[in-house]
Amino acid sequence: MSTLTDLNMQQLLVGLQKKDFSALEVAKTYNAAVEKAAPLNAFITTTPEQALKQAAESDARRAAGKAGALEGVPLGIKDMFCTKGVRTTASSKMLENFVPTYESTVTQKLFDAGIVSLGKLSCDEFAMGASNITSAYGPVINPWTGADPVHAARQLVPGGSSGGSSAAVAAHAVVAATGTDTGGSCRQPAALTGTVGMKPTYGRCSRWGIVAFASSLDQAGTLTRTVWDSAKMLEVMAGFDDKDSTSADRPVPSFTGACGQSVKGLRVGIPREYRLDGIPDYVNKAWDDGIAMLKNAGAEIVDISLPNTAAALPVYYIIAPAEASSNLARYDGVRFGLRVPGKNLIDTYEQSRGAGFGPEVRRRILIGTYVLSAGYYDAYYLKAQQVRAKLMADFKAAYEKCDVILAPTAPDTAFGIGEKTADPVQMYLEDVFTVTANLVGIPAMSVPVGLAPNGLPLGLQIMARNWEEETMFRAASALESAAGFSAKPPFRV
Amino acid sequence: MGFVQYAPMDTETVARVARLARLAVSPDQQKAVAGELGQILAFVEQLNSVDVTGIKPVAGVHDDALRQRDDVVNDGNCAADILQNAPQTMADFFVVPKVVE
Amino acid sequence: MTIIKGRTGEWEMVIGLEVHAQITSHSKLFSGASTTFGADPNHQVSLVDAAFPGMLPVINKQCVVQAVKTGFGLNAHINLESVFDRKNYFYPDLPAGYQISQYQKPIVGKGYLDIDLPDGTSKRIGITRLHLEQDAGKSLHDQSPKDTYVDLNRAGVALMEIVSEPEMTGPEEAAAYVKKLRAILQYIGSCDGNMEEGSMRADVNLSVRRKGEKKLGTRCEIKNVNSIRFIMAAIEYEAQRQIEIVEAGGTIAQETRLWDTTKHETRALRSKEEAHDYRYFPDPDLLPLRLDAAWVEDLRRALPELPDAKKERLMQQYGLKAYDATTLVADQAAADFFEAVAKGRDGKLAANWVTVELFGALNKLGREISHSPISATQLSELVGLIEDNTISGRIAKDVFEVMLETGQNPAAIVQEKGWQQMTDMGAIDAAIDAILAQHADKVAEYKSGKDKLFGFFVGQVMKATGGKANPAALNDLLKKKLS
Ligand SMILES: [Mg+2]
Ligand SMILES: [Zn+2]
Repeated sequence: MSTLTDLNMQQLLVGLQKKDFSALEVAKTYNAAVEKAAPLNAFITTTPEQALKQAAESDARRAAGKAGALEGVPLGIKDMFCTKGVRTTASSKMLENFVPTYESTVTQKLFDAGIVSLGKLSCDEFAMGASNITSAYGPVINPWTGADPVHAARQLVPGGSSGGSSAAVAAHAVVAATGTDTGGSCRQPAALTGTVGMKPTYGRCSRWGIVAFASSLDQAGTLTRTVWDSAKMLEVMAGFDDKDSTSADRPVPSFTGACGQSVKGLRVGIPREYRLDGIPDYVNKAWDDGIAMLKNAGAEIVDISLPNTAAALPVYYIIAPAEASSNLARYDGVRFGLRVPGKNLIDTYEQSRGAGFGPEVRRRILIGTYVLSAGYYDAYYLKAQQVRAKLMADFKAAYEKCDVILAPTAPDTAFGIGEKTADPVQMYLEDVFTVTANLVGIPAMSVPVGLAPNGLPLGLQIMARNWEEETMFRAASALESAAGFSAKPPFRV
Repeated sequence: MGFVQYAPMDTETVARVARLARLAVSPDQQKAVAGELGQILAFVEQLNSVDVTGIKPVAGVHDDALRQRDDVVNDGNCAADILQNAPQTMADFFVVPKVVE
Repeated sequence: MTIIKGRTGEWEMVIGLEVHAQITSHSKLFSGASTTFGADPNHQVSLVDAAFPGMLPVINKQCVVQAVKTGFGLNAHINLESVFDRKNYFYPDLPAGYQISQYQKPIVGKGYLDIDLPDGTSKRIGITRLHLEQDAGKSLHDQSPKDTYVDLNRAGVALMEIVSEPEMTGPEEAAAYVKKLRAILQYIGSCDGNMEEGSMRADVNLSVRRKGEKKLGTRCEIKNVNSIRFIMAAIEYEAQRQIEIVEAGGTIAQETRLWDTTKHETRALRSKEEAHDYRYFPDPDLLPLRLDAAWVEDLRRALPELPDAKKERLMQQYGLKAYDATTLVADQAAADFFEAVAKGRDGKLAANWVTVELFGALNKLGREISHSPISATQLSELVGLIEDNTISGRIAKDVFEVMLETGQNPAAIVQEKGWQQMTDMGAIDAAIDAILAQHADKVAEYKSGKDKLFGFFVGQVMKATGGKANPAALNDLLKKKLS
């Protein structure tokens, strides 16, 4: 198709500014791209008319000299962001007919900056998963198939939970997409689709209007084609919101300004505990390559220790379900959402929630309820909070020795739809390298660095100190230019 | 403090927790669910090996104090928005099956 | 202490109260929706109150201020760091499926208040804690045969839950506790104390034990009792019920009960067949509430005079008896009214007119002092007329009646009716002479020793002067003439 869809956000913004094309032309092209990408099942709701209307308005603003920072850029919105007048499902049957009367703070900021929304992107149900197969609207398909016949013969997952976002960005069905990241949900799907996935510091973006999964871990994030695109998006999405008590009242620096700056003298920490058993050699090799790239670019490589690394995933799978069990109690079929009539009120609750939530969500609600229940709280939840404190101390100590941490994003490349589903814990291991950043609050992003022998993309993760996204973007863009990842998935619009 | 050894996840516990969570888990699902939850619990019990003596628990990542809002009325009065997505309403009330006290 | 005689011996009760007091604020605890009473259903509800997806709580500073001030009013410890927890349970009027409350770290810790008992003594009752929490919405069960209707206007309104130690021993003490607590809240302005509108509700925890026994019995909790009268009645009923069960060889089930306002009995809640497991945990949408010590100290310094201090002062400044002072300070408006009446007047006389005449009249009219038909200025003027001998105390009562009916000022009434006291000695002298002449036989009897007749002569002269003779002058003159 048109080369228009091959432009990244930075290039598109230049073209729009130079009037090489109008926002309306871009929107029309992308509406067609979204249609063409239908086999990926990345969208739950498409909004082509709205896109055309917004694009026309965008052109008018640009003509009037009032262009915003993302004027005319067509984006996909993860279906965890409440969008005014546009159905918001969280990929759940529970919210199949839920139409918010309000706009999330982050999407409002994006709209205020001039974006054009192509629609709502699928994800794991209530963002719980690492494969996008828990969506009530069917799995999303990774546009990558891999080189070897084994892989080519099957459909692969795009990662999760922001799998609709990663697949759509990778297939060029959108220029970029919003994501949310509670335990790796922007970074892991990015790694599995050869895209850039980023979560900022907890509190950097407002959570107001984002369907809550685990409140102390959730952050809005981005899925983009480049590091600069991610930085640009975050500049718009970030900022203080007095409607969110956990939103930080801090200035938003120029993240794009940090991109391309030298990493000379930057201390890059390599956590020795991230060399896990059972991780394929090509993952560790990609990591070693990444270390070499940053070293060549002038960074100083330091060995660091994060001694409680092995505890992170267990902590996460106590805290996240505990918070989720409470956050999802509001879905009771009284004010919104699915109601299945029962024999009485309690039966109505149980039937509605039993039918509205899929198996993974039900599982996490049950685990979360269990670990908070009388007699178990201290042994599970309280202990998890204590270990979380230890993890924070680990990172604090590590960041005395280094400025950023480099690690793999995911333990392997994309896997087949239907794999890793027999044992829920198998799937949880997908987040082994990513959950810690959420538990500690730090900004982290995944950058594609190469292809595994199976022809599937691999990503590496840069983690920075709290509020030091600039350092993260600086290191990530250095890694990006050194890696020069340019492979494209076979399925592309 | 180590983990107390609890009885493995059984169908009775599943039924009790499901009731607390107001989630229908049919009797024929209970066994499978007990198995899955048991696997997850066995996994998270790796925390056993971490010494947390004297560690103050944290509920979140930032140690900021709570920001306080001024006492002004700037919200509400939007009954239409509040009721619009409701499965059942009557005269601006939400309607649920009768609660017996 | 209230002792109940059972069939098998004497019993005493142990009572603790948990009072939910609605905080006076314009907007809700965690949202900007209004708290005004009586709006149309679901019209004072924000998306936050209705727990829509993605909605987040932001705390109202005024509610924090009110809780801290109330803490000081209860002589309690203010915790400079407190934490909001989620209390998880399902109910249609609890939109989020959890109530934001404070569990392990409340904003106010231990304190006490002194209650005033009917016999004039007082007793100190410990306060365990005060915490901030959200109110629930309202479920209406009687609007339809098959359905419950839910109105969320109250959902999210700020409450203070004030928990007492189990240190009350009978209905009078419980009533005195609620009255004193209400007075303190009203003085501070943190709660209007309006029990009819539900601004104050009490959960009564009660157990019984044999007189002299140290061990506590099993307690029952009677939920949401919304008047002092009902609190007393519920305590009496519940104590009797428990005693009868134990005396019949039964055991008390620890349960939550309701006060049935029509049948005048407590009954167990039917819907609580399962044990509660609220799964409290710190609300991750909120950070710890930290208070600046200096800021808290400023609040303490700005506290108004509270009932106990005011009572002391009224006794000192106006020479009031403890009983009158207690009556007056029970209601801040009454105390203020009194002080306005007493300004420049005799304190005791003013107190008498407020507590006896005015309170009696208001009682008959069924009115609050804020809606008194006689203003403090008018009553003060009336007391003034007595003090300067313009009218006698007896005439003043007639003037008071006219004031009640017409709202006229007392001086004008006295003027119009010609009720000024006769202070002209000549006129009184003439009236006495006339009466003595008329009753020469009685004068003789008096002189022969029948002293009691003095009163008869006073009465006759008063009658002749239309009650206007100055009593003191009349007495003096009459004594002289009869000696
Ligand atoms: Mg209570
Ligand atoms: Zn309470």
